[in-house]
Amino acid sequence: MRKLKAYAGNRHPLSLGYGVVIIFLTLSGFGQMPIFKRYYIADIPGLGWLAKFFVTHYIHYLAAIFFLAAAAFLVTDYLISAKNRFKITASGRLRVGLLAGIVLTGGLLVVRNLSGSGFSPGLIIFLDLAHLGLVMAFLATSAACLGLKKRWTIGL
Amino acid sequence: MQKVSRRSFLKGGIAAACSMAAPTIAAGAADAKKQRPLATLIDIEKCVGCEECVGACSTVNADKYPRPEKPFPKMIPPRVPVEDWSDKQDVTDRLTPYNWLFIQPVTVMVGGEETELTLPRRCMHCVNPPCVKLCPWGAARQLDNGISRIDSDICLGGSKCKKVCPWDVPQRQTGTGLYLDLLPSLAGNGVMFKCDRCYDRVAVGEVPACIEACPEDVQTIGPRDEIIRQARDLANEKNGFIYGETENGGTNTIYVSPVPFETLNAALTTGKGRPHLDPVKDVMADGNNLAAAMFIAPVAGIAAAAGKFILQKISTGGAS
Repeated sequence: MRKLKAYAGNRHPLSLGYGVVIIFLTLSGFGQMPIFKRYYIADIPGLGWLAKFFVTHYIHYLAAIFFLAAAAFLVTDYLISAKNRFKITASGRLRVGLLAGIVLTGGLLVVRNLSGSGFSPGLIIFLDLAHLGLVMAFLATSAACLGLKKRWTIGL
Repeated sequence: MQKVSRRSFLKGGIAAACSMAAPTIAAGAADAKKQRPLATLIDIEKCVGCEECVGACSTVNADKYPRPEKPFPKMIPPRVPVEDWSDKQDVTDRLTPYNWLFIQPVTVMVGGEETELTLPRRCMHCVNPPCVKLCPWGAARQLDNGISRIDSDICLGGSKCKKVCPWDVPQRQTGTGLYLDLLPSLAGNGVMFKCDRCYDRVAVGEVPACIEACPEDVQTIGPRDEIIRQARDLANEKNGFIYGETENGGTNTIYVSPVPFETLNAALTTGKGRPHLDPVKDVMADGNNLAAAMFIAPVAGIAAAAGKFILQKISTGGAS
């Protein structure tokens, strides 16, 4: 079997930023539900913002801005210049798919939040549950990939 | 209130939502075109504080009021507050789960005379309601005609809607609703209740009960743009003042007062269940500005990748 090497050495230059953004997206995303104050997590020094709904709303949007910019950069970079040098692994494709679903449902929820949006109640509930479910699946998949040392990409 | 089991919710709610998801964006947009948002004009000077509207609201909406099951589930952790109004259903001097409209008295100087004004207070039905937009569960919803309401079959009583409401309008009743069928001790805490502007009556062409019952014609209902025009005419005629046209980005409840709202607000008794009349900035505006940046962000990412590609090509070309 051909020996495969990881793309761009051990870590992609954006990987640290990716981790930070995912942490903030996850915390602020779960902070949309009134759970952090109830379960004392917001009482931990430095985490009080998790109980402030408008703060979590803004931080979720801000983190999403960074995430979307980085994701668009990586996808475009892959398509126009890096496609011939490496390929995405099966676990990488799974994570990309889950992230795409999260972006799609999250994007539609952002549109829903704009004044005058005409989404039906059924669609809104579906988007809320799908967004949450995809995030849970993504976190579980990411944890498994981290434990099993599964990479996003392999070199060709 | 109809009891909804976990199974029926999952089967009927999620499955229906999934099957409806694709076509409903277009359907929702089409429905929005059909109906113009309705607003109400409240001429404060006409109100005599008779509470006919309060009684009519209570009578017409009695079937929607909570019927909590006691004893309530033990809440974990114990810091979770139990809110029980079931033994205080006759309270009418504030908003409660059993009283969605109340008369707020205020004594001010009008034309040099000390005068008691009485204000019908209830949900403002914001044009872009934070209670609806920020509900994490989709239980609060805005109808095409501008009414915002909370679906008591779905609400889990987390009270986020109350915390993000500039007027703290929704009120919680513990011991009722879907949370009892899920994890009653660990998640949820009842159902949030507030004025739904008699959405069921409006849907069949009737007016809300409070408007129908008023002997002084304090309230007028109609398309928002027309109501705004009427409110401005009324304010001009009386040298009066308007509240609700721009508060929180605009609401579908417009008050016209003979005295400035700063004066009314300073003299009001406010607090739990008794909303203020402060100026209110659009609490959704900052988030929506960030939303605009969110749609630009991918373009920036694509441009950066394209720039990197072009620089690489130039660099490679230069080297060769």
